[in-house]
Amino acid sequence: MSAVSINIVPVILWTDALIFALLAVVAGLVWAIRRQEHLRAPWRSVAQRPMAMGAALVLGVFVVIGLLDSLHYREKLPDSAASAPQYSVEVLSVFDALMGELRVSREKTYSAPLAMQLYAKEFIERDGVTVRDYPRLQFGGAHLAHPDEHLPDLVRRGLAGLGQGLAASLVVFGLFAAWRARRTQRSLGAWLADWRSGRLGWPARTLAGVLAAMAVLAAVIVQLAAGYHVLGTDKVGQDVLYISLKSIRTGLVIGTLTTLVTLPLAIGFGIAAGYFRGWVDDVIQYIYTVLNSIPGVLLIAAMILIVQVYIESNPELFDTAAARADIRLLALCLIMGVTSWTGLARLLRGESLKLRTLDYVEAARAFGVSHTRILGRHIFPNVFHLVLIAIVLDFSGLVLAEAVLSYVGVGVDPSMYSWGNMINGARLELAREPVVWWQLGAAFVFMFTLVLAANLFADGVRDAFDPRLGDRR
Amino acid sequence: MFAYILRRLLYAIPILIGVNLLTFTLFFVVNTPDDMARLQLGAKHVTPEAIERWKTEHGYDKPLLLNARAEGTAQFTDTIFFQHSAAMFAFEFGKGDDGRDIGTEIKTRMGPSLAIALPVFVIGLLVNITFALLMVFFRSTYLDLWGVVLCVVLMSISGLFYIIAGQYFIAKLWNLLPISGFADGIDGFRFILLPVVVSVVAGIGSGSRWYRTIFLEEIGKDYVRTARAKGLSEVRVLFRHVLKNGMIPILTGAVVVLPLLFMGSLITESFFGIPGLGSYTIDAIQAQDFAVVRAMVFLGSFLYIVGLILTDISYSWVDPRVRLQ
Repeated sequence: MSAVSINIVPVILWTDALIFALLAVVAGLVWAIRRQEHLRAPWRSVAQRPMAMGAALVLGVFVVIGLLDSLHYREKLPDSAASAPQYSVEVLSVFDALMGELRVSREKTYSAPLAMQLYAKEFIERDGVTVRDYPRLQFGGAHLAHPDEHLPDLVRRGLAGLGQGLAASLVVFGLFAAWRARRTQRSLGAWLADWRSGRLGWPARTLAGVLAAMAVLAAVIVQLAAGYHVLGTDKVGQDVLYISLKSIRTGLVIGTLTTLVTLPLAIGFGIAAGYFRGWVDDVIQYIYTVLNSIPGVLLIAAMILIVQVYIESNPELFDTAAARADIRLLALCLIMGVTSWTGLARLLRGESLKLRTLDYVEAARAFGVSHTRILGRHIFPNVFHLVLIAIVLDFSGLVLAEAVLSYVGVGVDPSMYSWGNMINGARLELAREPVVWWQLGAAFVFMFTLVLAANLFADGVRDAFDPRLGDRR
Repeated sequence: MFAYILRRLLYAIPILIGVNLLTFTLFFVVNTPDDMARLQLGAKHVTPEAIERWKTEHGYDKPLLLNARAEGTAQFTDTIFFQHSAAMFAFEFGKGDDGRDIGTEIKTRMGPSLAIALPVFVIGLLVNITFALLMVFFRSTYLDLWGVVLCVVLMSISGLFYIIAGQYFIAKLWNLLPISGFADGIDGFRFILLPVVVSVVAGIGSGSRWYRTIFLEEIGKDYVRTARAKGLSEVRVLFRHVLKNGMIPILTGAVVVLPLLFMGSLITESFFGIPGLGSYTIDAIQAQDFAVVRAMVFLGSFLYIVGLILTDISYSWVDPRVRLQ
């Protein structure tokens, strides 16, 4: 292990630092919420919703992949001296290390999912004669001696993955059931009966189903990926599955860090406008009407062009291509945050306007409690549910916006792995014959899964936290 | 009423000035004309002379705010701010990088943009309200539950995929409609159909779900209970009472985007090759044509403010309880 640790140098990109800072904040919040019953109650209600919990599980997998992909490092070049080590310009992540061969196994150009031959015909030498045929892939199906073995091999690997996934989920489920039964002092049979009839008080059946489905899917993919490109390869021959998985981090960063920028602006301005009224309200309303009246895409485009000019005129600030792309990603989050706080701010202003006239706030003012204290203790906690609902509702919209902005040309850096860039690179290939569909398909499936999970989870959170919703959902 | 509109129009002026100052800061102070020239000319051709020539050609060779070398009022008028930012108040947008007058471009491109945006707006509104009413009619049944789930699923698909799928299946595979293009008059109908259908379908998810909540909010109110108590049928309650009252927030929410329809849709127009303002904007962004982007920002803000005023007026129009003073 020590040999490995000497050979790498950790790289902390700006977004990495912010992501882990965000993680720390969330952990702190969870700790704070756990101690207060009135904050725990709505979360307990979220935990009882099957849809929301299933979605949360899927989101969790995405988050873990994104976090692993945020631990970056650079490898030492093999031929550099020990006294003055030189490091590769390529920034890798722990996730890359886990992916192993998937990252480096490249083909020449397009190849279909699970194929063993290239997409295009080439002149190849066979038995001394030059023929025009589909050449074999460097990696996909390279272990097969004859094309006839292709289908049986796929079936064998698929079944093996299915078996492993089922076995793994059964073992995990069994151990969990035994542990829970012991904890609640019941027999295993009684616990299982409760589980089957859904009387455990939390959506255990849904969770078990989702978990088993994900385990089986993962096992099948791992089995197939050992010998094939599961989702094919792109124009330069890179594995599409790898690109799609790497894009998860970009989507998560945009969905979360943007909110981090939005929140202080929206909370500060919104509450201040509603609470103080008068000229403060006028100024803040003026600011957000101005910002709101500029078409969002144009404002983002204008600002991104400016950031681009800055990056290009100061190349010495960024030592690697990854750092350059990262600063653009961060800039995109900042810009989207600056352009998107107005909606939440208006909502918070309206709510604070209402709250400030309530008796307990009037009473606090009459007792001479300072403004900061009133804002912190009486106003903010009572609008917090709006903030939380806005965070979860905005997330999916931001992930979707990334794709559109990348298409317009003002999204993330073109060298960055993102679903927007995948769609952008692939949409013209639909005109080819036969159609190259797997790149678009992969981007669609990954994006759809993340956004759908986020939407379902957001619905659960909103239903649990919005007191106005009551019985109509 | 007239005095109110006039006052609102006067309120709009400081906001437009704010927009103008912001774009001026973004485009000329943070990002100087020299930077723009360098970006436009590309890394290879950057010489001080080339930059100066580019600036002269585009009228960016003047001081930013105050021209000390000029006489009298020309001190203020012969500046970049006056020539390029303040002039927009008179809708003088100047020329784009391709040498064409932006004002004329905007005039000729508004038609095609409206040809797509207006049908999408009207049909979308009708379709969404229909779906929302259906879900409300079948509320707390499996039909409603699955309707909402379907809405969430439709919402979770990126707009890009709707366009790509529409173009691929309807136009390429089944050859029902042309993939892209535009023609004037009645001949243009076949070109418009696909983008309109795709845009309407893309909006169903979020639209009908939102309207459903509005209708559900109405249905819990006292007057609905009274109507039912009178013995009205559920259909009559929905269409005579709930629909009418639910239309207030829906219509006023729709009015604010009405003027913005002129701007067209960036993505739809560029995918379907429609020569409207949306594709004009996207081309300008991709070519980094700052003059056009600036003009579109101003136009967009202006139309948004018009929308806000129209919203206020429409409130008093559809809801007699609202009085404008």
